[in-house]
Amino acid sequence: MSFENVDKADGYWKENIRLVIILLSIWAAVSFGCGILLVDVLNEFTFMGFKLGFWFAQQGAIYVFVALIFVYAAKTHKLDQKYGVDE
Amino acid sequence: MDVQTLTYLIVGATFALYIGIAIWSRAGSTQEFYVAGGGVHPVVNGMATAADWMSAASFISLAGIVSFVGYDGSVYLMGWTGGYVLLALLMAPYLRKFGKFTVPDFIGDRYYSQTARTVAVICAIFVSFTYIAGQMRGTGVVFSRFLEVDVDTGVYIGMCVVFFYAVLGGMKGITYTQVAQYCVLIFAFMVPAIFLSILMTGHVIPQIGFGSELLDAAGNSSGVFLLDKLDGLSTQLGFAEYTIGSKSTIDVFFICGALMFGTAGLPHVIVRFFTVPRVKDARSSAGWALVFIAIMYTTIPALAAFSRVNMIETINGPDGQGVPHAEAPSWINSWEKTGLIKWDDKNGDGKMSYANGETNEMKIDRDIIVLATPEIANLPAWVIALIAAGGLAAALSTSAGLLLVISTSVSHDLLKKNLMPHISDKKELMYARTAAAVGVVIAGYFGINPPGFVAAVVAIAFGLAASSLFPAITMGIFSKKMNKEGAIAGMVAGLAFTTIYIIYFKFVNPGANIADNWLFGISPEGIGLLGMVINFSVAILVCRMTAEVPKDVQEMVEAIRFPKGSGEASNH
Repeated sequence: MSFENVDKADGYWKENIRLVIILLSIWAAVSFGCGILLVDVLNEFTFMGFKLGFWFAQQGAIYVFVALIFVYAAKTHKLDQKYGVDE
Repeated sequence: MDVQTLTYLIVGATFALYIGIAIWSRAGSTQEFYVAGGGVHPVVNGMATAADWMSAASFISLAGIVSFVGYDGSVYLMGWTGGYVLLALLMAPYLRKFGKFTVPDFIGDRYYSQTARTVAVICAIFVSFTYIAGQMRGTGVVFSRFLEVDVDTGVYIGMCVVFFYAVLGGMKGITYTQVAQYCVLIFAFMVPAIFLSILMTGHVIPQIGFGSELLDAAGNSSGVFLLDKLDGLSTQLGFAEYTIGSKSTIDVFFICGALMFGTAGLPHVIVRFFTVPRVKDARSSAGWALVFIAIMYTTIPALAAFSRVNMIETINGPDGQGVPHAEAPSWINSWEKTGLIKWDDKNGDGKMSYANGETNEMKIDRDIIVLATPEIANLPAWVIALIAAGGLAAALSTSAGLLLVISTSVSHDLLKKNLMPHISDKKELMYARTAAAVGVVIAGYFGINPPGFVAAVVAIAFGLAASSLFPAITMGIFSKKMNKEGAIAGMVAGLAFTTIYIIYFKFVNPGANIADNWLFGISPEGIGLLGMVINFSVAILVCRMTAEVPKDVQEMVEAIRFPKGSGEASNH
């Protein structure tokens, strides 16, 4: 066990799960939400010459995906340091 | 210099480069062969992963598909990128900490069961072979078009090259060759897209040109947005509106999901994250891979829209009345020779007419869009040669990655872990190389005699990965309670449901493959997502009724959840 005690290990894992849930909610919201389920509603709006829903489906969702992974990498690295389990 | 000579030169130069890299970085141990010694920088690894991921199909066909189906094509764009978020957040760092070579390794150890390992090996080999057959065919097609040899000769040349560097170099050689291949393929893809964007909208960046106003013949802004024009043209010609599409929402939802979860369950992608030095690198490496993939995947829909407008206007003329066939540009004639464009003058007026329905006189193969783009836009000959080199880079990098998974599955998972546990490192490496060689030959056979159902089989590959491997891996990480009975029952249930559904609609009764007959309106392409839900449900149910997970396995799960002490990927 690399953690000082069991509580710390639980704390680390809980914080990690919370982060993953938040990020995956955004992941689902931009792709399944804006790009598919809400696409007709969002298409009423125009964004940079695109119908907004269409833009999410063919451009926006992909940009958000990239950002999500880097946010995850940065946040978990901080988390590792906070609990002293980084390499 | 003519196109032919330029193509020989550019393709020849890139091949010399790949082979040179393979010799320079050849593998000396099983560790180097399987996971490149675990010492690859995350950005380099990301780039190699991107090349591995972007196959001949995405290089050649994807823009064409999106061009013909518009919004409906979004499922591929989101599906094949969104899966990387799942990989990064749910799998890559933990599997890297686990620190072994393969996906079956993880499933076998985590579920303390040879049966589970064997199910995983079968999935891995099946998925990889499905893919590689299509790749070898793609290589053959590109060679045949640009080097003017027949498709079979093209496949033979491709086999030799792949054999050379996958068998010699293993993962170490492949990783560095793939970096070179990524550079070639992305350059080849971007150049025509940028040219077209400048020509049509005046914007250098295709992603911006995509949403801009078109230029008129004099180069001034015409006040009409590209996408509005496209919607107008589509409706006028009797197609569904470009930005709306024609698939039902539930089907789009399920196909997109199956592709995302399938991507995250594909062995040749997962194994990539074993090659970086630290857990931290596995996380950022997935991000870098997606950056390099996104450059192409956000350009694809732009290129698709540019080509669509271009193609319709070339055939129907700016006034929509049709262009006389005698005045057609030369690219139409040259593709007619290959049989990929067909013109049938139904009304006998000597003019070409493209539409949806009775009046349509043109048959245009989707696969020509990317290959013909430089010709459609009148780009210089070296751009055409570059596209050939790019398509080959895409096909070869993916084949090599897949071949490695096949050889690893055979030598490591099957021989070392199952049949002959006492073989030496050197022997194992020899078997790995032999398996790669046999793999090339089998893949080449399928490339020359393609089963008529390659596209259908690809749907199975994603469905299988989503419904079998993805749930087993994620439950293995996020639940300490999931036991072998649950995992195996889940995998078998998900796998059986998905396979039967696809086989029924694709092979047994293809005539019934229409929306009215589908379960909840879900097409065979999207059924993997439902298969995944079934896998999770069955696994949880069975797990509740059976024995608890052994203590040491629970401790192992605890240990993979944090980065400290990951060490090198290893054999024990």
